[in-house]
Amino acid sequence: MGNEEKSLREMPQLLPIEERISTFKEVNLGFTEEQVKKEASRCLQCPKAYCMAGCPANVKIPKFINAIRQGNYKRAIEIICETNSLPAVTGRVCQVEMQCEKACILGRKGIPVSIGLLERFVADIALKRGWKRFACDAFNGKRVAVVGSGPAGLTVAGDLIKLGYEVTVFEALHKPGGVLVYGIPEFRLPKNVVEKEIKTLEDSGVKICTNFCVGKSITLKEIFEEGYDAVFLGIGAGAPVVLDVPGVNLGGIYTANEFLVRTVLMKAYLFPKYDTPIDFGKKVIVIGGGNTAVDSARVAVRMGVEEVKIAYRRSVEDMPARREEILRANEEGVKILQLVNPVRFIGDENNHVIKVELVKNQLTYIDETGRSVPVPIEGSNFYVEGDMVILAIGQKANRVFTQTVPQLKLDKEGYIIVDYEAKTSLERVWAGGDIIRGSATVIQAIGDGKRAAASINKTLMSNNI
Amino acid sequence: MYTIIDKIQLTEGIFKMIIKAPHIAKSWKPGQFVVLMVNEIGERIPLTIVDGNTYEETITLIFQVVGKTTALLASKNVGEQIYSIMGPLGKPSEIKRYGKVALIGGGVGAAEILPQARALKQVGNYVISIVGARSSSKLILVEELKSFCDEVHVCTDDGSYGFKGFVSDALSNLIEEGYRIDYVYAVGPVPMMKAVSKVTFKHKIKTVVSANPIMIDGTGMCGVCRVIVGGEIKFACIDGPDFDAHLLDFDTLESRLKTYIKHERKAFEDFMRCQCHG
Ligand SMILES: Cc1cc2nc3c(=O)[nH]c(=O)nc-3n(C[C@H](O)[C@H](O)[C@H](O)COP(=O)(O)OP(=O)(O)OC[C@H]3O[C@@H](n4cnc5c(N)ncnc54)[C@H](O)[C@@H]3O)c2cc1C
Ligand SMILES: Cc1cc2nc3c(=O)[nH]c(=O)nc-3n(C[C@H](O)[C@H](O)[C@H](O)COP(=O)(O)OP(=O)(O)OC[C@H]3O[C@@H](n4cnc5c(N)ncnc54)[C@H](O)[C@@H]3O)c2cc1C
Ligand code: SF4
Ligand code: SF4
Ligand code: FES
Repeated sequence: MGNEEKSLREMPQLLPIEERISTFKEVNLGFTEEQVKKEASRCLQCPKAYCMAGCPANVKIPKFINAIRQGNYKRAIEIICETNSLPAVTGRVCQVEMQCEKACILGRKGIPVSIGLLERFVADIALKRGWKRFACDAFNGKRVAVVGSGPAGLTVAGDLIKLGYEVTVFEALHKPGGVLVYGIPEFRLPKNVVEKEIKTLEDSGVKICTNFCVGKSITLKEIFEEGYDAVFLGIGAGAPVVLDVPGVNLGGIYTANEFLVRTVLMKAYLFPKYDTPIDFGKKVIVIGGGNTAVDSARVAVRMGVEEVKIAYRRSVEDMPARREEILRANEEGVKILQLVNPVRFIGDENNHVIKVELVKNQLTYIDETGRSVPVPIEGSNFYVEGDMVILAIGQKANRVFTQTVPQLKLDKEGYIIVDYEAKTSLERVWAGGDIIRGSATVIQAIGDGKRAAASINKTLMSNNI
Repeated sequence: MYTIIDKIQLTEGIFKMIIKAPHIAKSWKPGQFVVLMVNEIGERIPLTIVDGNTYEETITLIFQVVGKTTALLASKNVGEQIYSIMGPLGKPSEIKRYGKVALIGGGVGAAEILPQARALKQVGNYVISIVGARSSSKLILVEELKSFCDEVHVCTDDGSYGFKGFVSDALSNLIEEGYRIDYVYAVGPVPMMKAVSKVTFKHKIKTVVSANPIMIDGTGMCGVCRVIVGGEIKFACIDGPDFDAHLLDFDTLESRLKTYIKHERKAFEDFMRCQCHG
């Protein structure tokens, strides 16, 4: 292979655009085995692997890529699973351009190795062939309760079941998976992938109790009274921020959470086969710039509306959503209005939204996140027609559990305070994922889960408990 | 799974169901509700917990058939299963000794004041309840309420039983007749709660209503249940459902309840035409 060819990155297969905009089928079809081999061969196997430092869970990237090169996919998945319990998920949804691939040495010189897609490939093979990724030790006599079945909770469950703990996961909703089932849409993360990951855990002995809202259906105190030795809180951020501008309670204005729960979890797009309704307009405006905003916009596209616009307060370059999804959204016809803020929502005589008043922003000084701060330009107001508005302007800490445990130390925004081992201020209670840092990423939640599981194990195995 | 242990039709379109749900039976308090799904492709709907039996591990729900999901639920029989029931949700009502309390229930709201009546009586209040319905045949739970309350006043829109008129008018009359009432709790359709609130505002009586916005998760996650209370946005599922009636914005609540009216009607009609799934 010539050097030139070697520097070219493999491109994944994509579902044709026409098919995408009328179905919820997965868009990125991943690599073929051929492509995997080529892409893996581009890795330089750096002794000092920068890529690993870019991965919040420290996946042993060069090592697993090396196993792929040797054709040993089983070994590859084992290496990945040492630090990442949901590789078929992360291989699809990680913000690679901000994480591992950003740090890859080839990235600095041009085009990084497609680490995420390699990870996804081996993870999918493992799921398809039903490879057991780990063996479980005999029951060690200790019981752990996990609250919340998002990536953080599932990771803790997986790590502890391996070590011989009895693990019960309590989930408030009727389906386990957290944001993986109620947020991220099918076309980006097929629900059968999540179901299979969860099934693997259940087959290993993890007990999942759905319809259990901890704090309400069972209190923290009662969990300990039932004989659990430790509790992990992976309850997610999961409370929508509602914009405080006039007209925000008009009909047709949804929080992204409501919109995604209706469509992704309750499958409103199959109404009336599925019972949950959703009222699609003709012109949809999504406010925000993160994954939630882009996902909402792309769901709307698939519902056959006339036009979908995203209104974001900073510039497109500053949008926190995955680059790939912004690209795909563009291909699917989503328009992005950058540097604008909503000022007011205007309704018709039935109190249903018909247009949004926006104001243009200008970028000013750079803040601590390294981005320019947008400031409204006075008098630049304008109107955009829209009969459906989706607010995707962020998440707050959900209080359904924390409001029931006043002793638990929270920061001023309501997130649980933990130490470097993920311990909370309460004895034998750990926490991780979005509920300790605000909405973040799947792999950070997994990383937290790993840390917490190790600490729980250390604590429960020491003699004093 | 949650098995239906008993099912009784109270009047046309209103059913009482006793359902096995051990952990909810154990921990529920008056004012709390459950979110249930009849089957896996169903909608999630909130219903108030009217009673619970720790020994039998059951809860009692009383609901009115107004649309697809409640109709589907009503079509289920003893021995059948409900796919999902989660709870108890919401903040329990504030049960304390107020003195003389008036509980107002419009329509199926009569069921929702039952646990309030029992608890408020237990802590030593003088409990009056005022229940209303369109006509005498639609009245429910009058005898049950009588067993917990010191007085039960009944109203019908057509005058076929008791006072002819709305519950808010009956309340207004009582106050004007010189009843000293220290606390009012009202549950029912929004216009009824709004009317009650207007009466008690005039007389400066502390009034709490159980807000009934559309809900999905019931855990503070989706934001659909938002209501405006004293100018602030609150989520009824975790901050309520009980709110100070004099601070609650009833008009926004009412207009937001109508969001899905077209779809709901279609789903209901389709369901009644062919009871095709469930
Ligand atoms: C639309 C959307 C798109 C996203 N896209 C990406 C992406 O592309 N890449 C990426 O890395 N990240 C993405 N994220 C962020 C990512 O999904 C989250 O950071 C991650 O899921 C957090 O995991 P978690 O385990 O902390 O909590 P969650 O996934 O939020 O799960 C928490 C679970 O706990 C349950 N729960 C809450 N309270 C209780 C209680 N009291 N009792 C029982 N159960 C309870 C909830 O019902 C929920 O199921 C996205 C998020 C959204 C909303
Ligand atoms: C906290 C809470 C407790 C409740 N407790 C009870 C109860 O104990 N018994 C009972 O019969 N009902 C109760 N409700 C109302 C009940 O949830 C609705 O009647 C139910 O969701 C209707 O579902 P559906 O699919 O049958 O009808 P839909 O097709 O969803 O609605 C049909 C009609 O009912 C109206 N409607 C929809 N949701 C509500 C609502 N939340 N409140 C009032 N009207 C609504 C719609 O505007 C529409 O006109 C409660 C609601 C809340 C929020
Ligand atoms: S930095 Fe890039 S090239 Fe180097 S080992 Fe990691 S993936 Fe391979
Ligand atoms: S887990 Fe995510 S960040 Fe880590 S290597 Fe895999 S794709 Fe990259
Ligand atoms: S029902 Fe979803 S936040 Fe209240």
